[in-house]
Amino acid sequence: MVNITIDNKQVQVPENTTILRAAAMAGVKIPTLCYWEGLNEIGACRVCVVEVEGYDTLFTACNNTVEEGMVIRTNSKKARKARRTNVELILSQHNSNCASCVRSRNCALQTISNELNIQDQDIPFDKEVPLPKFNKDFPLIRDDSKCIKCMRCVQVCDNIENTHVWDVINTGSRTTVGVNSKYGRIEDSGCALCGQCIKHCPVGALRERDDTDRLLEAIDDPEKIVVMQIAPSIRTAWGEPFGLKPEFATVERLCTAFKAMGIDYVFDTNFTADLTIMEEGSEFVEKLKNAENEKFPLFTSCCPAWVRHAKAFYPDFVDQLSTAKSPQGMFGAVAKSYYADILKVDPSKIFCVSVMPCLAKKHECDIPNLNDACGDQDVDLALTNREVDRLIEMTHLIPQELEETELDQPLGIGSGGGNIFGATGGVMEAALRSAYFLVTGENCDPDAFKEVRGQGDWREYEFELAGTTLKIAVAHTLAATDRLLDALRKGEVQYHFVEVMACPGGCVNGGGQPIVDGFSRQIERADWLYTQDKNMQLRFCHENPSIVNIYKDYLTAPLSEKSHHLLHTDHHGWKMPGEE
Amino acid sequence: MSRLSITTKNQAQMTVETLYKDLERRIDASQPGLCPVDLAASFVHMCHAQSCGKCTPCRIGLGQLENLINKVLDGEADEATLKVIEETAEGIFFTADCAIGSEAARMVLKGIRGFREEYESHVRDGRCGGSHHQAIPCVSLCPAHVDVPGYISLIHEGRYEDAVNLIRKDNPFPAACGMICEHPCEADCRRNMVDDAINIRGLKRYAVEHEGDIKTPAIAESTGKKVAVVGGGPGGLSAAYYLSIMGHDVTVYEQRKQLGGMLRYGIPSYRLPREILDREIEGLKQTGFKTVTDTEIGKDITIADLRKENDAVFVSIGAHIDKKIGIEGEDAEGVTSAVDMLRAIGDDELPDYNGLDVVVVGGGNVAMDVARSAVRLGAKSVKVIYRRRKQDMTALDEEVEGAIADTVDIVDLHAPVRIEKDAQGKVKSLIAQPQMVGAISNGRPAPVNASASEVEFKCDLVIVAIGQGIDSNKLEREGIKVERGGRISALDTSDIEGLDGVFAGGDCVTGPATVIKAIAGGKVAAANIDEYLGFNHEIVNDIDMPRVRFSDHEPCGRVNMRELSPDERIKSFILMEEGMTDEEACQESGRCLHCDHFGYAAFRNGRRTKW
Repeated sequence: MVNITIDNKQVQVPENTTILRAAAMAGVKIPTLCYWEGLNEIGACRVCVVEVEGYDTLFTACNNTVEEGMVIRTNSKKARKARRTNVELILSQHNSNCASCVRSRNCALQTISNELNIQDQDIPFDKEVPLPKFNKDFPLIRDDSKCIKCMRCVQVCDNIENTHVWDVINTGSRTTVGVNSKYGRIEDSGCALCGQCIKHCPVGALRERDDTDRLLEAIDDPEKIVVMQIAPSIRTAWGEPFGLKPEFATVERLCTAFKAMGIDYVFDTNFTADLTIMEEGSEFVEKLKNAENEKFPLFTSCCPAWVRHAKAFYPDFVDQLSTAKSPQGMFGAVAKSYYADILKVDPSKIFCVSVMPCLAKKHECDIPNLNDACGDQDVDLALTNREVDRLIEMTHLIPQELEETELDQPLGIGSGGGNIFGATGGVMEAALRSAYFLVTGENCDPDAFKEVRGQGDWREYEFELAGTTLKIAVAHTLAATDRLLDALRKGEVQYHFVEVMACPGGCVNGGGQPIVDGFSRQIERADWLYTQDKNMQLRFCHENPSIVNIYKDYLTAPLSEKSHHLLHTDHHGWKMPGEE
Repeated sequence: MSRLSITTKNQAQMTVETLYKDLERRIDASQPGLCPVDLAASFVHMCHAQSCGKCTPCRIGLGQLENLINKVLDGEADEATLKVIEETAEGIFFTADCAIGSEAARMVLKGIRGFREEYESHVRDGRCGGSHHQAIPCVSLCPAHVDVPGYISLIHEGRYEDAVNLIRKDNPFPAACGMICEHPCEADCRRNMVDDAINIRGLKRYAVEHEGDIKTPAIAESTGKKVAVVGGGPGGLSAAYYLSIMGHDVTVYEQRKQLGGMLRYGIPSYRLPREILDREIEGLKQTGFKTVTDTEIGKDITIADLRKENDAVFVSIGAHIDKKIGIEGEDAEGVTSAVDMLRAIGDDELPDYNGLDVVVVGGGNVAMDVARSAVRLGAKSVKVIYRRRKQDMTALDEEVEGAIADTVDIVDLHAPVRIEKDAQGKVKSLIAQPQMVGAISNGRPAPVNASASEVEFKCDLVIVAIGQGIDSNKLEREGIKVERGGRISALDTSDIEGLDGVFAGGDCVTGPATVIKAIAGGKVAAANIDEYLGFNHEIVNDIDMPRVRFSDHEPCGRVNMRELSPDERIKSFILMEEGMTDEEACQESGRCLHCDHFGYAAFRNGRRTKW
């Protein structure tokens, strides 16, 4: 332990503690901008500078450590002045049209400027804002005029996702962030569209393509029947920007909001998550039965960022991806066939929208061979949770006052198994619950496989299933996934079944979820999905009455010809950039 | 009214002159990998500030050139812009009234021709084509990438053993390098921007002198793989050391009586005492590799045999054969080569030069080593004959000055013409043609014959020190591809294309170079041989590092190494250089700016604790 003084407060902190952390322990807040704990501690913005007695130079609090007897002043005139100058310099190159910025009210630069009481007319520097040049049709959009070169996007892409799409380009005054020169343009890159760079961007330099107007157009089109699906993880987070707890911000309240916007039918992607388990679980059980002729492991394919990544960098594993479509994809196919039949309408009149925690889902719904129901695109539009929150604002709804409305049926019912899809390990747990039933004909304890929950980025387990020892693994983040795949390639590990999620923590922390600067809320959000699962009557995907009915009335059985046609896909039916 | 007055500098002028010095040092500390086009724009901007403003091309043209280059940098240029830049620069060059304009234009022209591709890639891609990730200057410039800031911080804390072990992670010759490394690490030291580069070599020597007993690192479990290393110089021994740590069974074959290569047979002991070298080599051998001396490739053994008996072979035979001047009389008795002379000294067979007049031909570091050794061997007089100017010598300035202090007479601008013999065929004198400095080609002024008549330098001994060659004929006969100049054709990975399992590195691949380059060659070979043998052993040193020190970087002089006075040192081969004192080492290590923590390394290219 070392004894230090911060702003006249004496504290004892462990050795090697950063000044920033030590200050927090002393109840002193040092403002930061580029900092993200554990990921980006590089002192680039020079906002967290503090005065240390004995030195003229100011030091950054985020990446320098304390020593015995150190006397630190975080808010001295010198520190305040230097901090202010640095923020003013950043503002001089920042497009500060805050009124029309997607990150207005949720922008770290706006916050620090407000905290320092910086006002436009007092900034002594010329405005030199670079012109944005970027493809606005791609689901991920970068606006150079807003980038503050904090490097968080580079760090997350390098260290969490191991994809190296973002890189530092140019030198000197022209130094900025751009697509790694080995790729050229973003649309030619191996970007998985995990969207984690957006989640880590402190400002509006990175964002999703906003497709809200396409939804509004469809709503306004009298010919269209707008059908909405809500992904499992949405219920953990959509209320956050409005200060709502997930207990309050239910899918039923979201349903009310959607109905108020004019959406005709609101369903639950949990339903097709259950359906995915039926198909993928059956695929897995069949594979196990024919083990000697099959190649293992089977990989989950519900995360489209992971599918993109596999196709771009690990094409040798693409044939081992489950052919089952993702819940989003299955929903589209079912909505424009089974549900169109129920409504007795021409399926092409259905406009199928999803609200997803994800950017890659925007790409997934545009995959040309996902058109199996009626020849049109199965899912017309995927919106992120953030776009939906903006829609709620655009509709001038008061989130706190929304009543609950039951979802529509029969596609509005899902099991606890489907519900936990949104957390890392959730797909695996749901699949194991049902695989147990498919193999043994009886249900296990619904919590029999809860061991697979957790935050370790590469977890492995062994379970006995009807005399077979199943070796399974769960990976989240593409960096961990790459380690797992490299080990598989080298023959260092063997598994039967592997779940992969590109985002840290899974969809609850997806690239399309509400942004909280400096924090990832994956643990709290996952806990909420598990709490809901625990409190549900219906916990097994195969017991969902709507699932039982769709097989009875329409699909006949998992892996039937009709199921194959509607619910499975060929991952070779489209190409990633550079894929042969 | 006074008719004349003495011009005195005003305060502003005096300040500007200190800024010039600051800028010079800053330019010295420029790292490789900066965008050359961006630099070209800033150079022309500074040149423009120097313009007196009288003439059109300089007053207006330089500014327009800068605008055009900025367009390139901003991604707003096309091919036509490059043409305009070139034509405008030519116009300024041809029409400027004085050098302020013409030389500024010449710089731009040099750039647009010399790094055309960089200009073009900016035009093509709208951004800088390079991936210019700044690295830690000293670490990146050290061929072996030794963790310099790491060991300097340990020295500052008094943790000398940790410091030297940290060096050994990348360079197993800290003692030798502490004495004689050419320290490329110091060239771009960022401390230059403040005052002067850190004396990195001196600090390394200090750490080694205070480390205590050499500890053998942990040796990996035996792999059962056998590796032969041909050549027991710094490259071969480095490879043997790391491969042994990785658990391989290594045998080093050495042509001479003793190990050490050029460290023993090229560097005189007044610069690297034999007991220090012996101790270092004994330390390396603790890792368990075997050595076979007095064994020559092509005579006693063949590469093919070694390849058959081993799982991999590393060839690092160095560059140990002499080069001839090619003048009449070179066959005279009393003409010898630097290689032969230093080899004898290396085996402690000191020749007796008492009373002899010695002439050394050459201008490199080896020529200085030879001349200074000749003084120590008792020569009555030692002259170095060199055809260019003294300042054009490739020897380090400090070596030339040291030789002069040792009573060596530097005779520059004299080209050897012939050696005259006496009736017995013994050397009588060296005849040289006086030279005059001429036009600059490839960065050095070429000498041309002056109109003066030939000069005779009477002497008893001529030592030729104009470079070494590689004894690669015997390797060529074994099917190893040899390039022009006798260098073995090997890849950057030290693989030899077409020869499975045979690797090469060090002077025999690079041509005569530095010890640290050979060490790096051995390190690279060890990593790639390990990989070739199917392993991925990591060489790790992850000792706890001290907390990064804060500093205000107050300018402070660099501690330079002191030497024994010439009177004392020229009497014998006693170690000439004195080590740093405790207080000097503490101050000098405290000057390190820790570019491994402050600056780009906090983001990327920071410390690497393993390879």
